[in-house]
Amino acid sequence: MRRSKAAIGAALAGALALAGCGGETGRVGIASAKPAPAPSDSSTKAEAKDQPYPSTYRPYPGTPTALVGATIYDGKGGRIDKGTVLFSEGKVVAVGDALLAIPESYSRIDGTGKFVTPGVIDIHSHLGDYPSPAVAAHEDGNEMTDPTTPQVWAEHSVWPQDPGFTRALANGGVTALQILPGSGNLMGGRSVTLKNVPSRTVQGMKFPGAPYSLKMACGENPKRVYGSQGRSPMTRMGNFAVNRKTWLDAKKYAAGDRKERDLAMETLAGVLDGEILVQNHCYRADEMALVLDMAKEMGYKVTAFHHAVESYKIADLLRQANVCSAVWADWYGFKMEAYDAIPENAALIQQAGACVIIHSDDENGIQRLNQEAAKAQAAGKHIGIDIPDAQVVGWFTLNPAKAMGIDKQTGSLETGKMADVVLWNGNPLSVYSRPEKVWIDGALMFDALDPQRRPVSDFELGQPGEGDVK
Amino acid sequence: MTRLPALLAAAAALALAMPATAQDFAITHATVALGDGSEPIANATVVVRGGKVAAVGTGIAVPQGVEQIDGTGKWVTPGLFSALTDLGLYDVDAVEQSRDVSADKAIFSAALDIAPVVNPLAQNIKVSRAGGVTRASVFPRSGNAIFAGQGAVIDLGSDSEPVVKPRAFQYVELGEGGGALAGGSRTAAYVTFRNALAEAQDLAGRNGRNDDALLNRPDAAALIAVVEGRQPLYVHVERAADILAVLKLRQDFPKLDLILAGASEGWMVAKEIAAAKVPVIANALNDLPAQFEQLAATQSNVGRLHKAGVKVAIGRFFDMNQPRYAPQQAGNLVALTKLPGASGLSWGEAFAAISSIPAEISGMPGMSVLKPGATGDVVIWNGDPLELSSAPICVFVDGVEQPLESHQTKLRDRYRTPQEGALPKAYEW
Repeated sequence: MRRSKAAIGAALAGALALAGCGGETGRVGIASAKPAPAPSDSSTKAEAKDQPYPSTYRPYPGTPTALVGATIYDGKGGRIDKGTVLFSEGKVVAVGDALLAIPESYSRIDGTGKFVTPGVIDIHSHLGDYPSPAVAAHEDGNEMTDPTTPQVWAEHSVWPQDPGFTRALANGGVTALQILPGSGNLMGGRSVTLKNVPSRTVQGMKFPGAPYSLKMACGENPKRVYGSQGRSPMTRMGNFAVNRKTWLDAKKYAAGDRKERDLAMETLAGVLDGEILVQNHCYRADEMALVLDMAKEMGYKVTAFHHAVESYKIADLLRQANVCSAVWADWYGFKMEAYDAIPENAALIQQAGACVIIHSDDENGIQRLNQEAAKAQAAGKHIGIDIPDAQVVGWFTLNPAKAMGIDKQTGSLETGKMADVVLWNGNPLSVYSRPEKVWIDGALMFDALDPQRRPVSDFELGQPGEGDVK
Repeated sequence: MTRLPALLAAAAALALAMPATAQDFAITHATVALGDGSEPIANATVVVRGGKVAAVGTGIAVPQGVEQIDGTGKWVTPGLFSALTDLGLYDVDAVEQSRDVSADKAIFSAALDIAPVVNPLAQNIKVSRAGGVTRASVFPRSGNAIFAGQGAVIDLGSDSEPVVKPRAFQYVELGEGGGALAGGSRTAAYVTFRNALAEAQDLAGRNGRNDDALLNRPDAAALIAVVEGRQPLYVHVERAADILAVLKLRQDFPKLDLILAGASEGWMVAKEIAAAKVPVIANALNDLPAQFEQLAATQSNVGRLHKAGVKVAIGRFFDMNQPRYAPQQAGNLVALTKLPGASGLSWGEAFAAISSIPAEISGMPGMSVLKPGATGDVVIWNGDPLELSSAPICVFVDGVEQPLESHQTKLRDRYRTPQEGALPKAYEW
């Protein structure tokens, strides 16, 4: 496993490199599929006006499909045995039990003995910004030239050909993910939320209508990066001072006429307006508590603390503040601020009634978010906290969707939502299960039983192992 | 004062059924995995006497006077063997002062010896022990030379003597990392390597050390056992071409006892590795072109190597890839057996890949396997050990029951409810 860029970064390296044969006809089946219908003019104009790099993603064609006979976890805590999921035209049409009527035009897929969940969602990824291969030329996730860089946008770094996207799809059932700038800066820049669909351009992956987030970071990383250069911040108190000064500047900008373009201030004003969410890398409980007060002082809301390994110490405060904790199952001891991480963290947060999200921050971990959630569930069970499977599935579906502001569109299997669906060949909380089929907006984008439905990035063409099962 | 959660209370009750330093015990009516590649046996018995496995199987009578533990509903396995770890070499990985993983500014390389610096009280040893790991090989990482130094085999028992076998192997980098360490190219790594072994031969021979020797005496002396085949040489390479180049080193140094570490592209040259009878310690789940030297990485690597007849262990548990993840990784390889086009392992093979096989590769046959005469390293699990929902409930090393507490379990107990009571949390311990 490669060292996580954002979690550890330069700590060990001591440097500033933070880290964060089908023949010619082989692909005809997919390539010749009809393109999606052109979008309506109104939506194009609206996006172009508000967003200079608008999403050009349009769902790929799918066939009306009925998944029958599987155990369904709907993502919002519900479970249906021998259930039926209907989707068509990219949307979930109905979810029900075996009695649900299936229109004749639907093709049936027998899911007996299998499981269905919403598409897996990762709220914390650096795919594309720190792509594979992890060579220096690919380090595009940390603009470590100033402790606050709210003006940078992660989408301008995303390399759509990162093979990691394909692994996340095929092995992890990931259908949507948020790409965050790294944690070298206090304010790292804007995130981008993507549909996990291969594309020539990042615009072709952008999740339509997803809000932006601002990435912020507490603790060791920013103070190390700048302190080691003899610059502020050099300490945790310096971290807060720089943040507060920047927020005061932003409040002044936001209160003005905002006519002069200022990329950094536009992002921060968006946060103060409540239109841009805040994803805050923060390990320690005491620092999270301070950040909550800073948010009150400056008039913004923290949406989620990421890498929140000490949330269990203040789970009650986090519930009161209505802030999610995006956590690993059991990463431990790799840096000082992870010394008090415990595997029961997620279960203890859940027990306190606060929001749990399982995140990856890792190109390998993103392939097994379901397994990480299962480990966190098990750790809770061993101390008497029994969290049902159906609720645990929400940790990697609906809860991240909520904290990314896309829960109206995806994250659960409900009528009218995007048909982002995974058919697993067994219980997704078992180590023995794998995604069998993955649909994104109703289009079959991965099929373990069909080598043609396995994306191969440009980078891997003509290379050893091209098109392998991986 | 600590409130015991249900599990610990149950484990404690189980422990009370035995003498404090229980050397003789029998676990009955359990599902038993031998760790030798065979499939688990239902309703079986494991007898441990004098710190060794005395008997295993069905229809075994528990000898008189031996404590009996009811294993109904439980699984019993040998302790896990974790190959190529950094256990006991740091307190916090990113805190330099606490870290003995690599000696970046040392003037020595091959002579570096990990044995005296393994700290048996390090939290990563405690946490791994609670995860069912009872034995491991520990190795130094290359700091500023291709030779990293000499690794050791340890046990994870809660005592002051972790080292089972010091100087068990030498470790060298000959891939991308080796090229960088040697001066910027694999070419330099190979010249450095050949020269070092030649100087070791000189030092061992009649003429002694040459005046123009590049290696210092301790480094050259440390390599004598390698070139004479008395100490295994672990070579870290990933690329298929690099693997073949390493296998060819025996043309000039015929006694080399080679073991490949990494070998992400090993499946492409599996036949050659098998023919050379060189074992492999691989990452189970590498499937990304993380570097150019592993473009063809796939989770099917271990399965394909195994199918080709290579002795292959799941290992390389260091940094973020911690030893307690071994069962999950082995379970993932079992899952691959249901994936068309992929190669995985059967349950028994997968378990062997994290127990007896790494033990054998590490020169420790008779460890991490349940057979008469093997070391009494036994783990009782509350379910299928490869499944995510399972955990060890009892761990024995050399027949001695082990504590499973750590910094983590103490924090867990303190913050079972986060609010302070009559006094601050600091008074709850």
